[in-house]
Amino acid sequence: MSELKGTPQSGADILVQCLINHGVDTIFAYPGGASMPLHQSLTRVTDKLRTILPRHEQGGGFAAEGYARTTGRVGVCMSTSGPGATNFVTSLADAKMDSCPILAITGQVSTPVIGTDAFQETPIVEVCRAVTKHHYLIQRTEDITQVMKEAFHIMTSGRPGPVIIDVPKDVQVRKIVADYDPPMDLAGYQPHRRATREELEKVLELLKQSKKPIIYAGGGIIASGAAEHLRAFAEKASIPVAMTLLGLGGFPADHFLCLDMLGMHGSVYSNYAINEADLLLALGVRFDDRVTGKVSEFAKHGKIVHIDIDPSELNKNKKADVPIHGDVSLALQDLARMADARLAGGAQLTAGHQEWIRQVEKWRADEPLRYDERENVIIPQQAISRLYHLLKERNRLDDTIVTTGVGQHQMWAAQFFKFQKPRRFVTSGGLGSMGFGLPSAMGAQIAHPLKTVIDIDGDGSFLMNIQELATCFTEKIPVKVLLLNNQHLGMVVQWEDRFFAGNRGHTYLGAGFNEAPYPDFITIARGFRVGAKSISDPKDLDAALIEMIESKGPYVLDVQVPYQEHVLPMIPSGMTVKDIIKV
Amino acid sequence: MRHVLSALVQNQPGVLAHISGMLASRGFNIESLAVGETENPNLSRITFVVQGSDSELEQVRKQLDKVVTVVRVQDISSENFVERDLMLVKVQAPAPQRVEITMLVEMFRGRVVDIGVDTLMIEISGQESKVEAFIDLMRPYGILELARTGRIALVRGKGLVEGKN
Repeated sequence: MSELKGTPQSGADILVQCLINHGVDTIFAYPGGASMPLHQSLTRVTDKLRTILPRHEQGGGFAAEGYARTTGRVGVCMSTSGPGATNFVTSLADAKMDSCPILAITGQVSTPVIGTDAFQETPIVEVCRAVTKHHYLIQRTEDITQVMKEAFHIMTSGRPGPVIIDVPKDVQVRKIVADYDPPMDLAGYQPHRRATREELEKVLELLKQSKKPIIYAGGGIIASGAAEHLRAFAEKASIPVAMTLLGLGGFPADHFLCLDMLGMHGSVYSNYAINEADLLLALGVRFDDRVTGKVSEFAKHGKIVHIDIDPSELNKNKKADVPIHGDVSLALQDLARMADARLAGGAQLTAGHQEWIRQVEKWRADEPLRYDERENVIIPQQAISRLYHLLKERNRLDDTIVTTGVGQHQMWAAQFFKFQKPRRFVTSGGLGSMGFGLPSAMGAQIAHPLKTVIDIDGDGSFLMNIQELATCFTEKIPVKVLLLNNQHLGMVVQWEDRFFAGNRGHTYLGAGFNEAPYPDFITIARGFRVGAKSISDPKDLDAALIEMIESKGPYVLDVQVPYQEHVLPMIPSGMTVKDIIKV
Repeated sequence: MRHVLSALVQNQPGVLAHISGMLASRGFNIESLAVGETENPNLSRITFVVQGSDSELEQVRKQLDKVVTVVRVQDISSENFVERDLMLVKVQAPAPQRVEITMLVEMFRGRVVDIGVDTLMIEISGQESKVEAFIDLMRPYGILELARTGRIALVRGKGLVEGKN
């Protein structure tokens, strides 16, 4: 395949060439009738573009997210029409909620039969409108290059997000001479904005009056590459930093100003600090209900500055005193420069807040994130904590990426695995998609072949995309799974215990309490020819974790844990820091 | 409070579906919506009438602006603008009542656009209140069918809801 001017190429060849031109090196693609021409094209570019065959389209979509979330580049997945395409819906919704740039390419029935309820026809663009940043149904082969150019621009600029491109089969087959540098037609799309000096002066003025400032940092810090600028600014003004789930890694966990995660399962000290603060600097966040609890009570003692690249987030859930539309990375750089100028002039940045720092440190010392170990059983938090410490002792944290499913294990991973750098933690935050852990780990591993990628998972979530073990084996993707197997849907069980008098509403996954743990994940892993081991004795924990991280290929460590543990602290849904549950 | 939003959008298939779907999924209630091509065949204008508080309207406007194919949105409620609603209404009008109805039509500066054996079709345009008043007057005669365009609006003078490019 070449780009020679004047040589007619098929639409499929043109689309694949566009992917290569946009720097794509991996595609997660599951074939079918309506996408076969595209797959035929992919077979001719294997030296430039690796095609991974997931075992379910949803796995392909989540893998694309794992790739995108750990690189900041576009992750690409492809499927056929109809059921193949609808299997992308969850992945796209997930990517939309967490502002993740993935491209889903779907085959579609040929244009003459669109709208006739043809075999494997779904109006996937109609279905996906609300769960994508943008969408295209390509009508003519001539439009492919322009659509691809626009799609990559849209996915990666402003607030990142997913795009779906639906490509009818006849559009893939028809041959034309392509123009690889077409103009874009995006008159209404102007995603870039840098906050003005006047806007940022207001922030420094509020800071000057503040005695209890705090930063609430979210996924926007990571998406905009602002982690080092956040650190520089926070250190300059000595402001403590609390992070959202998606923000973890945006500020180093071992930093003396770090208050770890805030919100429903955030640290006691971060939630106390947010509640008492007189100035909240909300950076790249969206005041999600899992962070705020009862939104009218959230940070109500403080002025609020909100900086975000998406203006529709400003004043959406919480009214800000100073709403600023702009790139948070540029804003932090500009703020740091302006702060330097003030410091050089002999001014103070705040109204003096040594007292506040002492208070925050006391809260952190008094009520750290903790768990009680028990004799003869491995506590799930303990397994995560030991994994973290073993990697730290081996100086491998920088080269470790953690992904998760959704539920208790996810929250414990956020609490007990300490992230020092951005793009090391991959988790489904906004949508909370079970089954996310293994395929997203696959995508992360392919993007980072030399790193250790560990899916910290629960037995419910793991089972939802367990078929991807086949992808890991056949494509030699050495992902590790730390499976915290409690035979229950632990988070729902926890809510049942707290709010439904412990009545179990279909939250038990096992085969009966007198039976061995079910399913037998070791036999399953063996069937996929993936290494596996099962443990339940705390004495075996360290050795098994080391064996897992040292293993060469994909590996499943099935850790049998009790289901009675609760994720604490917890601010129940819609409540406030006053209602925080600590035991 | 009642707000009139005027949006320029790219004239492409699916744009209206996208916008109406977004408004529905976010629970915004639209009182009236009218779409038509503009003088530029690449652009359409959508005029919305929305009830809501200022903060709700701020969200509606921002969410509309976020749609990639929306070129520009403006809340023109605070501007000096002209709004019109066009209605076609078919009323029962046997011969004895025709003159009476025709007089009312003239007073409303409407037009009779079709005459049947015992029906009249009338075209009325104007502000919502005028159109509503006319409907009330026609009720006693018997309204057979009625169609309205929904409101369209433009800012007076040089104020423009321009495309950004």
